[in-house]
Amino acid sequence: MGFLSRRQALGALGGAAAVVAGRTLTGWAQASDPIVAGRPLVRYPQKTDLILLTSRPPQLETPMKWFDRAITPNEAFFVRYHVFPIPTRVDLTTWRLRVGGHVDRPLELSMDELKAKFAAVSVTAVNQCSGNSRGRFAPRVLGGQWGDGAMGNAEWVGCRLRDLLTAAGVRQGAVEVTFDGLDKPAFGSVPDFVKSLSLGRVLDDGNVIVAYQMNGAPLPMLNGFPARLIVPGWYATYWVKNLSDIIVVDRPFEQFWMKPAYRIPDTPCGCVEPGTAPKATVPINRMTVRSFLTSPEPGTRLAGGRQAMLKGIAFDGGYGIREVEISDDGGTTWRRAALGRDLGPYSFREWSAAWTPPRSGAAKVMVRAFNRIGESQGTEPLWNPAGYLRNVIESVEYQVS
Amino acid sequence: MATLVRTIICAVVLLAGAASAEEITLPSDHPDGTLKPGPGSEVAQRSCALCHSTDYIVMQPPGDQKQWDGVVTKMIKVFGAPLSDADAKAVAEYLARQYGR
Ligand code: HEC
Repeated sequence: MGFLSRRQALGALGGAAAVVAGRTLTGWAQASDPIVAGRPLVRYPQKTDLILLTSRPPQLETPMKWFDRAITPNEAFFVRYHVFPIPTRVDLTTWRLRVGGHVDRPLELSMDELKAKFAAVSVTAVNQCSGNSRGRFAPRVLGGQWGDGAMGNAEWVGCRLRDLLTAAGVRQGAVEVTFDGLDKPAFGSVPDFVKSLSLGRVLDDGNVIVAYQMNGAPLPMLNGFPARLIVPGWYATYWVKNLSDIIVVDRPFEQFWMKPAYRIPDTPCGCVEPGTAPKATVPINRMTVRSFLTSPEPGTRLAGGRQAMLKGIAFDGGYGIREVEISDDGGTTWRRAALGRDLGPYSFREWSAAWTPPRSGAAKVMVRAFNRIGESQGTEPLWNPAGYLRNVIESVEYQVS
Repeated sequence: MATLVRTIICAVVLLAGAASAEEITLPSDHPDGTLKPGPGSEVAQRSCALCHSTDYIVMQPPGDQKQWDGVVTKMIKVFGAPLSDADAKAVAEYLARQYGR
């Protein structure tokens, strides 16, 4: 690391082209969203207009209008890096994926070898930042002040992590696997972004893959080109981008980004009394159930007494969505929505419901989902100091005339 | 003739290279993340934009002196931000003044 990468970082800054759009959010009623309103829309390489959270390292949020469908286009997919510099150039003639550590036969695989030697599998899965919707926590908490757009759903294709580990031959005594990408902090004192999963987690689940394809195309650089880890059902913190090193270790890996970062209270709800500190914590893991009403856009003027079609998406941590319900009376009565095509248990599930707004005034529609093990969403938001796991019932307001 | 052949070979190699290398250029820090002017803003700009853009600071919820003392201490202790004690105090006070409740 040290000086070279620091100079590269400064060089990257100095020579940067200004492709910032300099516009602010209009159109979607996010203009009236207290967290997202006023943030600039920016266009980064290989990306469409996204909401700027931070420039360096880039953190870009997807406008909610893109969640009117099950698959999030690559150009609209959110971006979240932790350290700087991030990779801006990857040459596949020299890029290698290393699998090493506590193994019998360390591997160094080119992209061609990865594709030729290991079976390709496909999984459609939601990638959601642990801190998605953190901006809505009350009391508020420090960290990335995301609205609800730090999520996306894509069809990922790649090889099974367990096939790679089998080829490398995991030795007796191995307990975890660590994942490191090409992003390397310029300051030696900033911990490199490295994540770990237990060996059991990755060996038991054939859907944990090293993906080199996203929605039928190579991954955008900012979403992890040329390969990223896919951990279906679990938060995006584990989905290491621009992957370069997979290392099997024989003791728990507890570097900064595993501990104390990315931890949730060790309580059944992952929550504590608002404003208090947890007694014990565990690494964040499976996603909570969420659902969103995305069409018509909030604030849309609807004709009273005339039927409208409400649409949105729902997802959970990998059991699959069993039911979505809407309520227009503040949650007293709930009505079942129709579910769209099933793209697998890790995917966004589209839903729709015909709804006739009352004759006049403002109307509020709430939406909640249940997964196949009966987990759902609450009417009161749960709280934890890092601003994770948000899954309170969402509601959308319409003007009826 | 030999030159022509070599030129063609070079072109092919370049093309193959272009297909296998992916490159992007990042924009510079967005002006919306600029720190507010005021006493202490210069030392904050100097010390707090080394590892990340200052929109990391600007986006945070407004906070009291305790919040901003905590942030500055975390940057120094956890990430190794190079601030003297005097600069750390000046930055924390500036942040509480400009980004206070
Ligand atoms: C040595 C590098 C470094 C310096 C210098 C630095 N920071 Fe940070 N800062 C970080 C890192 C790393 C993060 C975490 C990034 C992430 O999670 O995306 C961070 C995150 C933050 C956050 C987000 C909240 C959090 O705790 O993650 C705030 C606010 C912040 N820094 C403020 C400051 C201020 C104020 C200064 C100047 C006193 C400063 N930083 C200087 C490295 C640094």
